[in-house]
Amino acid sequence: MEKFTVHTGTAVPLRRSNVDTDQIIPAVYLKRVTRTGFEDGLFSAWREDPSFVLNNPAYAGASVLVAGPEFGTGSSREHAVWALNDYGYRVVISPRYGDIFRGNSLKQGLLTVELPQAAVEALWDLVEADPATPIEVDLVAREVRAGGQSWAFSLDDFLRWRLMEGLDDIGLTLRHEEAITAFEAHRPAFGVLVG
Amino acid sequence: MSRTLAQKVWDAHVVRRADGEPDLLYIDLHLLHEVTSPQAFDGLRLAGRKVRRTDLTIATEDHNTPTDNLLTIADPVSRTQIETLRANCAEFGVKLHPLGDPQQGVVHVMGPQQGLTQPGMTIVCGDSHTSTHGAFGALAFGIGTSEVEHVLATQTLPQALPKQMAVTVTGELPPGVSAKDLILALITQEGTGGGRGYVVEYRGPAIEKLSMEGRMTVSNMSIEWGAKAGLIAPDETTFAWLKGRNFAPKGQDWDDAVEYWRSLPTDEGATFDKEVFLDASTLTPFVTWGTNPGQGASLDSLIPDPESFGTDSERAAARRAVEYMGLTPGTPLRDLSVDVVFVGSCTNGRLEDLRTAADVLRGRKVADGVRMLVVPGSAAVRAQAEEEGLHEVFTEAGAEWRFAGCSMCLGMNPDTLAPGQRSASTSNRNFEGRQGKGGRTHLVSPAVAAATAVTGHLSAPADLDAVGAR
Repeated sequence: MEKFTVHTGTAVPLRRSNVDTDQIIPAVYLKRVTRTGFEDGLFSAWREDPSFVLNNPAYAGASVLVAGPEFGTGSSREHAVWALNDYGYRVVISPRYGDIFRGNSLKQGLLTVELPQAAVEALWDLVEADPATPIEVDLVAREVRAGGQSWAFSLDDFLRWRLMEGLDDIGLTLRHEEAITAFEAHRPAFGVLVG
Repeated sequence: MSRTLAQKVWDAHVVRRADGEPDLLYIDLHLLHEVTSPQAFDGLRLAGRKVRRTDLTIATEDHNTPTDNLLTIADPVSRTQIETLRANCAEFGVKLHPLGDPQQGVVHVMGPQQGLTQPGMTIVCGDSHTSTHGAFGALAFGIGTSEVEHVLATQTLPQALPKQMAVTVTGELPPGVSAKDLILALITQEGTGGGRGYVVEYRGPAIEKLSMEGRMTVSNMSIEWGAKAGLIAPDETTFAWLKGRNFAPKGQDWDDAVEYWRSLPTDEGATFDKEVFLDASTLTPFVTWGTNPGQGASLDSLIPDPESFGTDSERAAARRAVEYMGLTPGTPLRDLSVDVVFVGSCTNGRLEDLRTAADVLRGRKVADGVRMLVVPGSAAVRAQAEEEGLHEVFTEAGAEWRFAGCSMCLGMNPDTLAPGQRSASTSNRNFEGRQGKGGRTHLVSPAVAAATAVTGHLSAPADLDAVGAR
């Protein structure tokens, strides 16, 4: 996973709430067995509409997505995160996320920043007035800066550290393999065994 | 110290606890299907890792499988994904119930029916409806593919302790009102984000009275209001349902297990971070009109006016939903004609659901111009239903009796809506395009689905009786 400290880029205003993972990437794109190349599926139904914001050339090359509340609700598909990453996003900003999506994003180096609705509205106004507005997302300081304003966000210390170091969870857990083995020795006899 | 059911299950699975870090939780059962596992197995291969506990891991094929035959997966991309699961399971030594196997089916039907799902367990699956298994008093939640790989490699997951919420459902469900109506009404009351950050415990007399199938329907939709998991305390109903199933403990192990399970319900005096209440006796058949599961209403009501909602964001969402769904505010929900009725899915694809639908359809016909699909949640449910003759009720009524799978719940296999088609569906998500691009989904209970199939427009079984009495 790529290390994340500070990212500066332009942003797309997605003025919608409840953007579920079926919208981020419809199920037909989930049949693939690869881990990359999902950019074609990103918002594919909405992208057919020429007036959809991602089709506006002014927002081409944006790397920050600013969306309404309840972003990424629904299906657990990590493909939603892969599609956002593959399309070129490094950061999503929304007032609230679906839990599983949020967990998936932070494991894949896609920083999902939670800011209050008012901050999201302010960012929408800024980037709609000038799509070239640079948005600075500072994980070290836990702050978003744009248009002379700044907004603090919170993120758990452990998650922040893992993102900043670009660490892989499995490697971290396997450092405690002895504890896992010790736990397994004391599982109840009536526990289910499939095999 | 008094603890909740969820806390007890959590505490019993902590492998490692350290300040400032998430707990490392042991996972008792890992369920796999073809969609969210290929990249996880690939990750293992790249790192030279194996599956740590093949004896705690089991796979099935469900999302991509056809429901009109057991032999041919016509779409080559779907076929490749199924074949990849088969190859991965063979390579890593994971037990698989493939298409055609008597235990094959939707992953959240397959586990409980075999007795794999038991109280007090931790259960995960790369599928958000893993919350279903919470109906047994298990801590069960959906995970992403990175986490699937993590569990395959370590049989654990790092998890931060969620907050606890109690949902107390008082009173008694009126006749004709089901677990599905209850959970749809709750989601509309609390909103799609209302449960976010919480492990929820459903409790109270109305929950205790539910069958295991009804409890699974409630727990299944926990994720639709954002909850991490939705548990129900194990009781005599749970034990009676489990006893004798393939993987249920036997002999002395059964007695030991039941003794342990009886210790799991929330202690008197245990506190929750949040409590919400719902009075079951006020509920009616409930359906969704919009494009998220929180946009629901009593079947007796009218399509709401988007401008009647409280916030800008809700008004915008309602305007969009009304447009997408092709609705006119102020129209009675009962006036909405449907093209397709779908009975099935991990929400309502169990034997009791099929019995309910069959009871409504017996001696009646599916309306002209309506296509009704009845898709058992698993091959075993299908076999049981056929033993009871339910398949004859469905086919005589003009419905399609199909093979087990996720089918029309999610638009990933040949069972889809055409653009603009409207469905009454017993599944769990009414998202835009969920059942096929441009499709319009109304979430309903099995009873409402069957009654709707008969009249051709959204209806409850009581409406049919009224017609008959004329």
